[in-house]
Amino acid sequence: MAAVISDSAAPREGGQGSTAPATPPGAAPRKRLRRRQREPGGMPWRVKLRRDKTLILMTLPAIALLAVFGYAPMLGLVMAFENYDLYDGFLHSPWAGLANFQQLLGDPAFWHAFWNTLGIFAVQLVLFFPVPIAFAILLDSLLSRKLRSFVQSVVTLPHFFSWVLVVTVFQQMVGGAGLIPAFLRQHGVNNPFDIMTTPSTFKLLVASQLIWKEAGWGTIIYLAALAAISPSLYEAAAVDGAGRWRRMRHITLPGLKGITILLLILNLGYALTFGFEQILIQRQAVGPGSAEVLTTFSYYYGIVQGNFSYGAAAGLFLGVVSLVLILAANKVAHLFGEDGLYRR
Amino acid sequence: MTATIEKNPAAPGRPAQRRRRGTAQRPVWQEKPTPLGQTAKGGALVVILALVIVPLYSVVLTSFSTQGSINLAGGLVLVPHGLTVSAFQLIISGGVVTRALIISLVITAVGTAFSMAITILAAYGLSRARSFGHRTMLITMLITMFFNGGIIPLFLVVSALGGYDQYWALIAPSAVSVFNIIVMRSFFSNVAIDMIESARIDGASDWRILRSIVLPVSKAVTAVIALFYAVAYWNSWFNILLFMPADSQKWPLQMVMYNYVTMGMTMAGSGSTIVGQNLGHQQIAPLSLQMAVVVLTLVPILIAYPFVQKHFTKGVLLGAIKG
Repeated sequence: MAAVISDSAAPREGGQGSTAPATPPGAAPRKRLRRRQREPGGMPWRVKLRRDKTLILMTLPAIALLAVFGYAPMLGLVMAFENYDLYDGFLHSPWAGLANFQQLLGDPAFWHAFWNTLGIFAVQLVLFFPVPIAFAILLDSLLSRKLRSFVQSVVTLPHFFSWVLVVTVFQQMVGGAGLIPAFLRQHGVNNPFDIMTTPSTFKLLVASQLIWKEAGWGTIIYLAALAAISPSLYEAAAVDGAGRWRRMRHITLPGLKGITILLLILNLGYALTFGFEQILIQRQAVGPGSAEVLTTFSYYYGIVQGNFSYGAAAGLFLGVVSLVLILAANKVAHLFGEDGLYRR
Repeated sequence: MTATIEKNPAAPGRPAQRRRRGTAQRPVWQEKPTPLGQTAKGGALVVILALVIVPLYSVVLTSFSTQGSINLAGGLVLVPHGLTVSAFQLIISGGVVTRALIISLVITAVGTAFSMAITILAAYGLSRARSFGHRTMLITMLITMFFNGGIIPLFLVVSALGGYDQYWALIAPSAVSVFNIIVMRSFFSNVAIDMIESARIDGASDWRILRSIVLPVSKAVTAVIALFYAVAYWNSWFNILLFMPADSQKWPLQMVMYNYVTMGMTMAGSGSTIVGQNLGHQQIAPLSLQMAVVVLTLVPILIAYPFVQKHFTKGVLLGAIKG
């Protein structure tokens, strides 16, 4: 996701009084381009506005939708400091100050959800994160391009399934009445283990579902990094007598280091908000004891129980902590010399 | 090391190489593969492929199976025995699932068209450098990627606008993906700059430039982003739970699947609801009906997948690395 937010748009010339002689596209160094954009001189803003009114008109629908469904709810977060009442609305509900947050921080259920979130995230990180890397190395070592693209398209497919579908497929495979327990029962195992409803193994279940759904998709980015390693490095190493494992250890893995660190850091930014739908779907089967995370906590207390302000307070806590995590993750990415989600 | 091969293509015209075009050759410096290594690699690939294919195969096969063969297998079917299409006949002959399928298809089509229109316009509107206010508008959008109000204020805002139980509530709140706009914008701002400039000098408007120059050369990225939107609409489930939890007559397919298949398994007995109450048939195996619903949600994805699959790497890399 590096450099997504860089500003490297095409130069827009024309109108009266073009600011500069037309530069060949792509030739101007980025820094100079940026400085020139900020220059106060050049065209008066009215002229610029008249020239660009079509472009602004084109952007407005998106801005309008974001204003209604992005910014209005942000303003609505004021309800976390109120005792929100459906009839009084955001503006006239009685003020509660920090009472909701005091209640939240003293609520054992909230802390339970908090530690659950971190626990599930940690297990997921350890079990899921290395899989796409290993798989990319395996795929990259295949000489047959046909086989490689076939395997890749098969394992990428589950990325496009809904979580309801993935959970259902898991249920049919490993759930109480599923394929594998049925097979075990036929072969004399009396009470096969039902992982779909066992709270103690829920973390493993969530991680294996994530691997099944997303590991193939995750390999794409590592495969690109592998393709970027210069083949002459391998050749030179082989000529110098480095065997297969030494080449992997000293060329392949270092070649993946940058993207791995970047993805790891960016992952940490989503430590509190991952897997909402996946966990919500299974919350009832496993029970809130092990399947309640912060996002489902906010949903259940806020929407299902109708305690809007309390749920919104939990949501605000989540949002703020996540924002801090994402910003911190990017900072760390910058320290490692990576671009992160945005540039410095 | 396929990458190696791509850089050193063997001399064309030699018949031995031409015969095996799909397979790159092992470079001379690389060791001969050991039997053990090849076996391990092959075994790993077979296991990985089986983990994805076998569950899907079994689900599809069960949806075509008779009650007898399901009883024989004691659940999901792995070996074809008695085959029938009655489950599909039943669920597409009217009733809950048929209605849900139509609703899902319409929501996906309308939503994708709406999202693409807004995304293309915004991406183009932001892609011309030094245009008025593009920086401010871009930052306004980006902020929503980093922070949002959360579920509850969104629910209350949509409800206040009258969206509860309305289909537009399943489309409008998630219609704009800022990430998609940015990916598309970065593509637009690099295409055919010379051509755009000369068209502008010839007096073409921005609408004309977008339609006649930018869009025709951006087919790949447009296809990939349309797929992303379509898949998101087709797969969305929480939106329905949030805005349309009660009225089962209005449910799209994912919600029907969740209630009658996913929850039907964990809450014993409700698997028969889909047969008993809603469809009024008894001869067809409940399990094959449930799996038929699962297959219905799979089919559109399987149809769309090959068409867009060749663009993935391009599209993903565009968003992920180049930016």
